[in-house]
Amino acid sequence: MFRVRALPTIVAGALPCAERETCAERRDAVDAWTNGAWIVPATLSLCVLLLVSAGCGYQDMADQPHYEPLEASEFFAEGQASRPLISGTVARGHLRIDRAFFEGQVDGKPVEVYPWLAVARQLGLLADGAESQEVDEHVRAQILERGQQRFNIFCSACHDRTGSGQGMVVQRGFPAPPSYHSDRLRAAPVGHFYVVATQGFGRMPDYADQIPPADRWAIVAYVRALQLSQHAEVGELPPADRAALPAEEDTP
Amino acid sequence: MPQIFHPSMNTIARVSIFGAVFILTAIIALLLLVVRSPYVTDVGVVREQPVPFSHKHHVGDVGLDCRYCHTSVEDSSFAGIPPTKTCMNCHSQLFTESAMLQPVRDSFATGQPLHWTRVHDVPDFVYFDHSIHIHKGIGCVKCHGPVNEMPLMWREQTLHMKWCLDCHRQPELFVGDRANVFNTAIDVQLDPVAANALVDKYHIQSKTDCYTCHR
Ligand code: HEC
Ligand code: HEC
Ligand code: HEC
Ligand code: HEC
Ligand code: HEC
Ligand code: HEC
Repeated sequence: MFRVRALPTIVAGALPCAERETCAERRDAVDAWTNGAWIVPATLSLCVLLLVSAGCGYQDMADQPHYEPLEASEFFAEGQASRPLISGTVARGHLRIDRAFFEGQVDGKPVEVYPWLAVARQLGLLADGAESQEVDEHVRAQILERGQQRFNIFCSACHDRTGSGQGMVVQRGFPAPPSYHSDRLRAAPVGHFYVVATQGFGRMPDYADQIPPADRWAIVAYVRALQLSQHAEVGELPPADRAALPAEEDTP
Repeated sequence: MPQIFHPSMNTIARVSIFGAVFILTAIIALLLLVVRSPYVTDVGVVREQPVPFSHKHHVGDVGLDCRYCHTSVEDSSFAGIPPTKTCMNCHSQLFTESAMLQPVRDSFATGQPLHWTRVHDVPDFVYFDHSIHIHKGIGCVKCHGPVNEMPLMWREQTLHMKWCLDCHRQPELFVGDRANVFNTAIDVQLDPVAANALVDKYHIQSKTDCYTCHR
């Protein structure tokens, strides 16, 4: 408002006045302009300016021009911004040299010995550095715990939490897997379970994408524990567990 | 000069001046209500999806764990939506004739991904990270509601800044045991003693600085 009032002096003083009459006329015109007539063209041009800038320069801060994970994209043919890996790509630090560990088999023969050290390292259960580290009972228990958790997430839907092969999905009509508690599977090498989880088996899907290798091995350790849980000799039990046995047998 | 306005106009003028105050307040109140209504916040609104995927069936009835499908929720900012292959793990054998699942089978056969409609989306100027919330014992249900009862996914919370801050100011009202984070059956508020013990145990801080979420 103050700027509008102050303007006439500046504008009027800048006008060259040759004759008094014309100058007065002009001053009248300028007065009308500065007294409010300017507002119509000014507003109009402001509107046009806003419209133009909204059309081309306007940016929505809530939806900025970068891709979020899995965002849709019109650039790629399948409309997916997160690109699938080109086959054969190896990310830094993901070179899979240790074939026994990553594939669970060497030359088509399943691994017989459980790779405790590699699993513990990959799961971050050992301090970094030192080569000759012990995988003691404490660390093994942690691996089993991890395996139990992952088994219940990924395998129990079909194999049941006990490994009987009667999980919820099987009850809804999925072909039933064999029970883990058979002589054949008890005798199978650890590598067999890892290979099944990695490549699938018959009608069982593979889990290579959903479960990282170390977790797959942890699951294998837990499957072994499950087998033992249903097939332990009474003589092998620690005294505390043996003491608990008769009490359980009494309950119907 | 004759009088233009009748004297009674004085009253009308006063009333309309007072009335303007009330009308303005009413308009502002209405705006605030609209902003908080599901019409704007999308709370409770289900979206059209290519496949009517039901968390009620898969989580509530079958008992699948969230991580079977949302595999990256524990160690990344993004929970992840499962690829078609994950659905085919079971649906290669189950409901292979179901018309509802036709888009899934097509997607698997052609390699064209399914285009799900986002239900939750914070603006791009906000940084959100799932992993820290999971590790500090905030259960999925605290933010996503009773997922195991949702035939189609809806938004349970507004995702307004106020909502984030309500919890960041007083995390002890929402914290739970880490072991129960994925358990949709457990949505209780712990008693203050137990809650504060967990806050200490998990080293939970009250993070309300602007740069926590706007970085
Ligand atoms: C979608 C259901 C399903 C899930 C989930 C599942 N399996 Fe299976 N599994 C099966 C079926 C079905 C078979 C039997 C396959 C056949 O014989 O055609 C099977 C068989 C097996 C076998 C026996 C192979 C043999 O030598 O007979 C092992 C071991 C096994 N699964 C391990 C696992 C592990 C480990 C997981 C978790 C990572 C898992 N399964 C998850 C359905 C499943
Ligand atoms: C069988 C696979 C599966 C399981 C198990 C599963 N989800 Fe989902 N989830 C999906 C799919 C597919 C979508 C996308 C479709 C949709 O939004 O409904 C989704 C979407 C969501 C969304 C909405 C995402 C968005 O668009 O904003 C949330 C939240 C969610 N899931 C939470 C959970 C929680 C919590 C659990 C565990 C209690 C869970 N899910 C278990 C497959 C699954
Ligand atoms: C672990 C196995 C499993 C996985 C993985 C799975 N489902 Fe299912 N799905 C089921 C079962 C079991 C049912 C039947 C549920 C019931 O009857 O309660 C079902 C039912 C359905 C139905 C209803 C089918 C009908 O005709 O009634 C749809 C649709 C469906 N699933 C979609 C999906 C999608 C999409 C995915 C992938 C995100 C998926 N499912 C992943 C096991 C699975
Ligand atoms: C602290 C609150 C909070 C918790 C706890 C939480 N979420 Fe979320 N979730 C969100 C918010 C906010 C978004 C939207 C994120 C975005 O737009 O980037 C979201 C988005 C999602 C999505 C869509 C994909 C994505 O990541 O944007 C899925 C799926 C999901 N959540 C699943 C889960 C599951 C499963 C859990 C439990 C393990 C969980 N959430 C726990 C707040 C939460
Ligand atoms: C139900 C409770 C709850 C809700 C709701 C919630 N948060 Fe959090 N958030 C937490 C807790 C607890 C932490 C851990 C704080 C700590 O100890 O560092 C956290 C941490 C974070 C962090 C990491 C802080 C850091 O320093 O790295 C971010 C980012 C964050 N929250 C963003 C959000 C956003 C954005 C929202 C809303 C969309 C939200 N949160 C909603 C409980 C919550
Ligand atoms: C816990 C996370 C969190 C913290 C801390 C936080 N914000 Fe926000 N803020 C959000 C979220 C989430 C939104 C988006 C709300 C929406 O979509 O309605 C937001 C939106 C905003 C907006 C935009 C509002 C709009 O209408 O678009 C501003 C401005 C803002 N925040 C300022 C701040 C300032 C200033 C602070 C520090 C005092 C702060 N925020 C701290 C989570 C946070």
